[in-house]
Amino acid sequence: MPMMMLRGNESTAYAAKLARVKVIPAYPITPSTLFPEKVSELIANGEMEAEFLPVESEHSALSAAIGAAATGVRAMTATASQGLALMHEVLFIASGMRMPIVMAIGNRALSAPVNIWADQQDTIAERDSGWIQFYAETNQEALDLTLIAFKVAENENVLLPAMMGMDAFVLTHTMEPVNVPDQKDVDEYLGEKKINYPVLDPEKPATFGAFVFPEHYMDIRYSQYIAMEHAKSVIDDAFKEFEKKFGRRYSKVSGFMTDDAEVILVTMGSITGTARETVRKLRERGEKVGLVKITVYRPFPKEELVSITRNAKVVAVVDRNVSPGFGGAIFTELVASYNKEKRKPRILDFIMGLGGRDVKIENYEQVYDIAKKAKRGKFKEINWIDVDEEAVKEVEGSI
Amino acid sequence: MKISRGATITEPGSTALEETGSWRTFRPVIRYEKCIRCMICWNFCPEPAIEKKEGENYPVANPKLIKMPVPVINYNFCKGCGICVNECPTKAIDFVREEK
Repeated sequence: MPMMMLRGNESTAYAAKLARVKVIPAYPITPSTLFPEKVSELIANGEMEAEFLPVESEHSALSAAIGAAATGVRAMTATASQGLALMHEVLFIASGMRMPIVMAIGNRALSAPVNIWADQQDTIAERDSGWIQFYAETNQEALDLTLIAFKVAENENVLLPAMMGMDAFVLTHTMEPVNVPDQKDVDEYLGEKKINYPVLDPEKPATFGAFVFPEHYMDIRYSQYIAMEHAKSVIDDAFKEFEKKFGRRYSKVSGFMTDDAEVILVTMGSITGTARETVRKLRERGEKVGLVKITVYRPFPKEELVSITRNAKVVAVVDRNVSPGFGGAIFTELVASYNKEKRKPRILDFIMGLGGRDVKIENYEQVYDIAKKAKRGKFKEINWIDVDEEAVKEVEGSI
Repeated sequence: MKISRGATITEPGSTALEETGSWRTFRPVIRYEKCIRCMICWNFCPEPAIEKKEGENYPVANPKLIKMPVPVINYNFCKGCGICVNECPTKAIDFVREEK
């Protein structure tokens, strides 16, 4: 198992190579461009045996991936932000057709205004598209989760596409030491691609993406919903098997110093590292604070999140996305996850790091202070951290 | 018809299995005692949801026609377009609102 210095996009390119992906249609977009670059290099050097399709748009990239997956081979692509937005209608087609495609996303802000930096709005906006969603904290996770994504997507009880998000630049362009698994181990972990769904075959003609009447559409949507429910245990099994094979442990949510924590931070993606460091510092000062990292956002780990946060007094959710008119997505869904519970902690939302704004230790300390004060009395539900209130007031009147 | 994952259809001819009768708002009803078995409706039906059946057991407008085939509407596929009602030369087809 060689250690290599890899950027996030190279991590996912090596994952594609190790998964023996056969077709890679891709259209470059910052910050994902390095993925098609690296993959075409690996193919040109004879290190990887795959068909690289330089298509004319992201819409075509995913459409071609569907065509490739419909022949029964592994297909993968990568995109970000506007590219993912352009794929919007094809995302629903891929999941509706139950094609186990894997896609690496460089999580980037959506226009307007144009911004190429880290933000999870692009994939969060596609949370209803029927794709499984993983989020990496490091480049090692980006590689591992891409392999795991294939394992889950191709499971015969799931057969759904999966996207693996990594924050723009912080992961996509930053070099980190990555343990690149041996081909033999990955072959054993993933196995040869099974043909466990109808595929394009001139001997056995079939119709894909058929027209469906109201009599059946809803049942097919329901079966897709059930498949996503099945994905919950399949993901757990894939994580367990991965740990057995490669020694690295994953879970849908993972806690850090949560046992006696009165305030728990919830994060997703690369900003978790800084949060962990902040928790460590605050613990040294005797503060009862913990951290929960979300690795799988779809299917949403309801039960796991409730069970790990239920004993806290305050849960401070960090959302690197926002739904104007409500708040952040993780906050919304965590609050909803407590629906069946008799008592719940106070849950606060912190909108942070949009469009590449750095999320620093001092920002997390501010989050902690607000959360700690919210144990009693009144509290503000949605909190924007590190924004220029005065400047916004000047353009919008009042806040 | 059963559903499949992703609505993939692996057997040809499935359109014939997909009944479209639920689309209908008005139902054409043939009053056989006025029907002269000219088969104009059968000719015009675009679906086609009008079938040709042996006519001996159907009421007849004229006893001389008893050996002629009769048009029978297959309501599993009739979408209620009303073309047959419009074309019938003896006004033998009523068009009644579906009560669902």
